[in-house]
Amino acid sequence: MNVGLEHYLTVSALLFALGLTGVLIRRNLLIMYMSIELMLNAANLAFVAMSRFTNNLNGQVMVFFIITVAAAEVAVGLALIVALYRKRQTAHVEDLTSMKL
Amino acid sequence: MSGYDIAFYAFSILTLLCGVIVITNRNPVTSAMFLVLTIVCMAGLFVLLRAFFLAAVQILVYAGAVMVLFLFVIMLLDLKEEALRKIRKVRAVIGALAVIAVVGIIINVIWNSVPATTTPTLVGATAPLGRLLFTNFLLPFEILSLLLLVAMLGVILLSKKDLK
Repeated sequence: MNVGLEHYLTVSALLFALGLTGVLIRRNLLIMYMSIELMLNAANLAFVAMSRFTNNLNGQVMVFFIITVAAAEVAVGLALIVALYRKRQTAHVEDLTSMKL
Repeated sequence: MSGYDIAFYAFSILTLLCGVIVITNRNPVTSAMFLVLTIVCMAGLFVLLRAFFLAAVQILVYAGAVMVLFLFVIMLLDLKEEALRKIRKVRAVIGALAVIAVVGIIINVIWNSVPATTTPTLVGATAPLGRLLFTNFLLPFEILSLLLLVAMLGVILLSKKDLK
């Protein structure tokens, strides 16, 4: 069977599952953040595959936007984690149960 | 099996394997390095989909800039290896069920839908992508630059010594 759209979308779904599992099973904020990146990348792969198999370049423009927004999001998120670590000396979600700093 | 198929399976299996290591490894630095590998393999998949510009951007922005940021923060925080903890069985079962259900539904939909019949001819080279970006998507593009500026200001504010 030739590799088609279904194969790419399956890889994308599995990658999304990996990211979701990572967010659920890990307690380290940074690793959870990396898992979120995995999920974003899975969405990117689905976009690019769809764009290729429908002969429409708009999907790739969307991926370009997603990558840029993800870069901004990572910068802000990591700054938040560093600020949190300065206050609490921990990056584990189980130690961060109260909302007040 | 053609060379294209072999390349697809090689890249996708590598991507998924590295992804598994990212979420199972207890050392954050190792996780980050394997995330870089995952992203590079995904750039390979992008090349197979003829999205050359995005493959380059993926490696430059993700593997280059974003992962360096991650590694900087890991070094800055000096995180120790995550201690093994007791996993409660009920929660593990519920979590596994949730993940399997979501992915099962998605994959089921993918394989039961009508397959694409068009022969793909699209090539995601830089020139057509750039033309589209500066005509149809000019406004989102400009808003994006504003977003980057706001993010930069936010990060500077957040990294100040005495956060109010």
